[in-house]
Amino acid sequence: MSQQYVLSVLVDNSIGVLGRVTGLFSRRGYNIKSLNVAETENPEFSRMTIVTEGDSATIEQIEKQLLKLYDVTEVKRLEDAVCREHILIRAGNSPSSRQPIIEIANLFRAKVVNVGEDSLMLELTGEPEKISSFIGLLRPFKIDKMVRTGICALERD
Amino acid sequence: MSLLTGADIICECLIEQGVDTVFGYPGGAVLNIYDSLYKYSDRIKHILTAHEQGASHAADGYARASGKTGVVIATSGPGATNLVTGIATAYMDSVPVVAITGNVACAQLGLDSFQEVDITGITMPITKHNFIVKDVNKLADTLREAFYIANEGRKGPVLVDVPKDVTALKAEFVNKPIKPIVSPATLHRDDCIQKAAEMIQESERPYIYCGGGINNPRGAKALKTFVGLVNAPVSASLMAQGVYDQTDDKYIGMLGMHGTKAAARALADCDLFIAIGTRFSDRVIGDPNTFAKRAKVLHIDIDPAEINKNIPAFHKVIGDSAEILEKLNRLLKPQQHDEWLKTICNGEPLNLPQIGTAELDITPQQIMETLDELTNGDAVICTEVGQAQMWAAQYYRYKHPRQLVSSGGLGTMGFGLGASIGAKCALPDRTVINIAGDGSFHMNLNELVTLSKHNIPVIELVINNNVLGMVRQWQRLFYDKHFSQTTLDRPTDYIKLGEAFGIKTFSLTKAADCEKVLREALEISKSAPVLIEVQIDRDLNVLPMVPAGKSVTEPITEIIIDD
Repeated sequence: MSQQYVLSVLVDNSIGVLGRVTGLFSRRGYNIKSLNVAETENPEFSRMTIVTEGDSATIEQIEKQLLKLYDVTEVKRLEDAVCREHILIRAGNSPSSRQPIIEIANLFRAKVVNVGEDSLMLELTGEPEKISSFIGLLRPFKIDKMVRTGICALERD
Repeated sequence: MSLLTGADIICECLIEQGVDTVFGYPGGAVLNIYDSLYKYSDRIKHILTAHEQGASHAADGYARASGKTGVVIATSGPGATNLVTGIATAYMDSVPVVAITGNVACAQLGLDSFQEVDITGITMPITKHNFIVKDVNKLADTLREAFYIANEGRKGPVLVDVPKDVTALKAEFVNKPIKPIVSPATLHRDDCIQKAAEMIQESERPYIYCGGGINNPRGAKALKTFVGLVNAPVSASLMAQGVYDQTDDKYIGMLGMHGTKAAARALADCDLFIAIGTRFSDRVIGDPNTFAKRAKVLHIDIDPAEINKNIPAFHKVIGDSAEILEKLNRLLKPQQHDEWLKTICNGEPLNLPQIGTAELDITPQQIMETLDELTNGDAVICTEVGQAQMWAAQYYRYKHPRQLVSSGGLGTMGFGLGASIGAKCALPDRTVINIAGDGSFHMNLNELVTLSKHNIPVIELVINNNVLGMVRQWQRLFYDKHFSQTTLDRPTDYIKLGEAFGIKTFSLTKAADCEKVLREALEISKSAPVLIEVQIDRDLNVLPMVPAGKSVTEPITEIIIDD
């Protein structure tokens, strides 16, 4: 049965490491739903949060194949973790749409980060489901452009 | 402590790692490296091939035959891309090779400079790891790490790309001891071995199947004791020919697409399938749903990712196969499986007999069996890929590990001649024979000149059926005998060709002459290379055969030729 998994992957902060990881996913036919990467507290390492989908045999292979990469030092399948995603979204089609958009933003505690002639730019951090319903509610007001970061996640201790 | 150029550091590191032979081809970006090789020529022997691909296969063959790391050097751009097939071949068969490529100077990288190619990008999926070294101070440690990675765990190729300026710049160099390979013994626990021993002890019909992961002297020794204790039939994959003495009664041949009937019987009826150092290639398992269906699978391998990848394991032990067998041997009590052995090893010959035609009465079976007899089964056999490869595997009885050098995973036509150059350089006292088909031969025959120029006394034996036999066999069976582009009928005059390269050449057509010619060739090969063309009938097939994806337990044993 296909299921979604969140992997936390600690890698050497070296040239080409992102290519090695994504290359592995594409050549073995694994799916990347989202991928997020940045330096850790130790600049020698980066941490990737990869959201992937597959059955239990596939996820077992993904973890093992990732660990075979020389640059990968740790692979963890996150089960009890805090997952967060960030979104920047520009919505609105007329000055009159401003008020209802702000109302939606307030409901979600999103922040207005830029005001244009017809549209507003909002930012929001939250669980991916929350981000998705936020997008859903803004849809009627014409979404001009948006970008989401994909999940970054950290397990609870 | 001394200040050395990057090129000298490369040579010093090679010597430090115990390398005395390298294969390669010079060019602009490696001028500095070749200038150092000139200086170090008393300590590092360089074999110049006709083409970088040949050098890459030679480094691979050197490693397969000796167990040491093969080293190949090539220039940037096309020099580097010509290594790709060789590196991929080594990767698929887990062979320790270090490829050193030159590249344009750091300032020229990324500008589409002359002979620039992103070889680390290109070889990412076909190396265990690769490096580009932009700082001469990191060169020595990177090369050391490359050798370490190539040999650690599941072995494989590593590429180190060195821009030209880095080979000219100087850095301090201090010799370091070789970093020892840590035994992966920590990967398994003793209770894991204990459970494996119990499974073996409880089994009534065990079947032992070996792959390339145990194909080394230590592995062969442990395996011999293991088979003696378990008393069960043994098969070896193409990658493990000779790891178990094939003249022994318990040996039942290869398993899989061109496996024996005995192996198919053992697979169908065993209750425990003991897989040692193997990755369950699709060429072995056929249909995974019918594979060893009555058996529990005990999988022993060094690569955790191979467990449950193609065939689910009932129990696994992860680590070096030789070491695990040694531990198992200490736990196991001798077992009796006489009845089981009798049903599997029923005295029937393992291989099906081949019959030629009236005009071409010589067969690959006769060639390989005669070679077996004349070389006392001790020769190192290299192969190209296709029918000739399978016949070489089937009809020669291998007795020692690392005795067959063959491209299994990638199936690289054109591999064998280069590989035989490497094998002979590694083992100058052994008879080395490359078994080629005429298709594969024409791919890289330019390396004949490497044999004659360096006087590398290899026997290049071309089994010439004038067709791409393996593809033709599939076309006959599955494509309505549409022999599309597989009828070669090339006008090559082998005698003239061989002699043009300065190689004594024979052309053999009659079964009656087979022994005499092979004997003479073996005699010549004590001091010089030999080329032999053997003309055979074009419709000899490799049998038994299991169509791809079909159950391995139901092989085709006869193909009717009615055209």
